[in-house]
Amino acid sequence: MTDSLVLLDHSADGVLRAPVRELVTLGRTLGTVHGVWAADGAEPDAQTLADLGALGVARVHRLSSTGDLHVAAVLAEALADLLDATGAGLLLATSSFENKEVAAQLAVLTGAGVVTDADGLAVEGDGLVASKTVFAGTWNTRCAITSPLAIVTLKANSITVEPAERAGTPDLVEHASTASAAAQRVTVVERTERPASGRPDLGSAHVVVAGGRGTEGDFTLVEELADVLGGAVGATRVATDEGWIGHDAQIGQTGVTISPRLYIGVGVSGAVHHRGGMQASGTIVAINSDPDAPIFEIADYGIVGDLNEVLPALSAELRRLRA
Amino acid sequence: MRIVVCVKHVPDIQSDRALGEGGRVVRDGGDGTLNELDENALEAALVLAEEVGGEVVALTVGPDDAVDAVRKGLQMGADEAVHVVDDAIGGSDVVGTARVLAAAITHIGATDPVDLVVLGMAGLDGLTSLLPSALAALLDVPALPLAAEVTVADGSVRVRRNLDHATEVLQASLPAVVSVTDQANQPRYPNFKGMMAARKKPVTTLGLADLGIAPADVGTTGARTAVVAAAPRPARENRVLVNGGSEAGVQLAAYLVENKLA
Ligand SMILES: Cc1cc2nc3c(=O)[nH]c(=O)nc-3n(C[C@H](O)[C@H](O)[C@H](O)COP(=O)(O)OP(=O)(O)OC[C@H]3O[C@@H](n4cnc5c(N)ncnc54)[C@H](O)[C@@H]3O)c2cc1C
Ligand SMILES: Nc1ncnc2c1ncn2[C@@H]1O[C@H](COP(=O)(O)O)[C@@H](O)[C@H]1O
Repeated sequence: MTDSLVLLDHSADGVLRAPVRELVTLGRTLGTVHGVWAADGAEPDAQTLADLGALGVARVHRLSSTGDLHVAAVLAEALADLLDATGAGLLLATSSFENKEVAAQLAVLTGAGVVTDADGLAVEGDGLVASKTVFAGTWNTRCAITSPLAIVTLKANSITVEPAERAGTPDLVEHASTASAAAQRVTVVERTERPASGRPDLGSAHVVVAGGRGTEGDFTLVEELADVLGGAVGATRVATDEGWIGHDAQIGQTGVTISPRLYIGVGVSGAVHHRGGMQASGTIVAINSDPDAPIFEIADYGIVGDLNEVLPALSAELRRLRA
Repeated sequence: MRIVVCVKHVPDIQSDRALGEGGRVVRDGGDGTLNELDENALEAALVLAEEVGGEVVALTVGPDDAVDAVRKGLQMGADEAVHVVDDAIGGSDVVGTARVLAAAITHIGATDPVDLVVLGMAGLDGLTSLLPSALAALLDVPALPLAAEVTVADGSVRVRRNLDHATEVLQASLPAVVSVTDQANQPRYPNFKGMMAARKKPVTTLGLADLGIAPADVGTTGARTAVVAAAPRPARENRVLVNGGSEAGVQLAAYLVENKLA
């Protein structure tokens, strides 16, 4: 049994990030799950606590600090405190860049072993073993954590969310910590949260439709298909550099890493930098007019054709089939 | 201002990359190269040194071939280079590598203090992005990772960064550690003059003993994680490739519905 702390990532208005539910579902298979709510301005409402209880969270620790919890060093110190207080042997977090910063600092503070972007975690023998894909989704690996304390960040869409057999309402307990002067040397001068788009979040969406240079700047057909499928809209760096869509839509090695159930690349060549961020997707569909485009090497379903002809028919037929 | 840039030698991402014994990245395939994202780190450091005056030291930790990474740094315009190589380092995890880098930076700073350490946003081999924050913690200086913009003025550093759900501006006093993204700049190409000049620039080679690190603290013995299994992912099966326009779109809709993907 390994009890875990699960970092409850949330938006500035207190809405849980979707992948947190996967973390709780996973943590439950290992031991008792303690939720950690970083009190950075937003608070969990009754509905959020009930949702967490339904997933099997035993207790929610409302973590506050004398420092700014948006500073990684401050959050790492507070979490080190809480790991001590609860005796948990594992910290589970989503694989966001911010959480990786916290994980690295916490590893130095506590001697924990860290695995990032895992897609599974299990107790084997007397230790934890995480699974993850590497090299742009071309290799599967299993990685043992040999230290007493483990930090694992989980890739979104790795675990099927299921309610717990026994639901309850978690207690909300306060945990106040003191930030060291050293941790407070970084000042957050400005922080602007992007407003939610109305579509699912790119990093955790089940379906992603990505547009590249082939769209020639017009994302209307891409957006229409994404909306029919209830998916998120992504893009290549060419499209974001051209300003056709925001930088936060960039999929790839230097953008968002995704592994949705369904990825549809439209006018995307499949350059290695882009593949690095999406090759672990469930089903890969490519629509491209060039039969030699590298994306066809990794596609489950490829159409060599003009997106301006394929997409309208695809969206219309999907609407018709589901009507 | 004295700036150290940490650069890594990694397998070329265009090559067939593999994991070998003990789950370690195969690094002797002959197609190693400077981690592309570290070119952005070098560029950021060179620009800062040009703006405020100062010197740039390129630092790498890795096997013999890794010296190529710092050589490329010298060709781009870094003033000197340090290569830490020791058989005992092989198999280090992130914190192990960070320990060696931290000790090397302390060593470099012993003669003349280091004001800023610049890193790339990720190594394109492991893609963990953990190292910059771990290094800052070990050096006990502030961390400002993922800069899309870096400025230094009046003894402090300021970065603008784009996160998954927010944008931020962070500030801290020097000395500090920053990592930069590929949005930060357009790396320069080494020109002929730069290549010739690089040949005369010093490359210092150090081992663990020079840095006062016990071999057991790094490498596989010091690591807190160990790869226990690694295998190439099986090829995708039942792949479909069709030619066409609107009729292909109609067919794809049926495929998606049939496979419960829509
Ligand atoms: C350090 C570094 C980091 C990078 N990081 C990333 C990253 O994270 N993510 C990323 O995406 N890129 C990244 N890149 C860029 C990457 O190398 C490629 O340049 C980029 O992914 C290509 O984008 P694209 O597929 O839109 O454009 P192109 O490669 O130009 O491909 C466009 C495709 O559209 C097809 N097409 C054109 N018209 C039509 C039509 N009417 N119908 C159907 N198909 C059509 C063409 O056949 C072509 O295959 C990075 C590059 C560097 C150097
Ligand atoms: N062995 C190394 N030698 C020098 N710098 C490194 C090494 N490993 C990682 N780095 C630096 O740390 C950054 C982030 O790497 P990583 O955390 O491994 O993704 C890289 O872009 C490099 O700047």
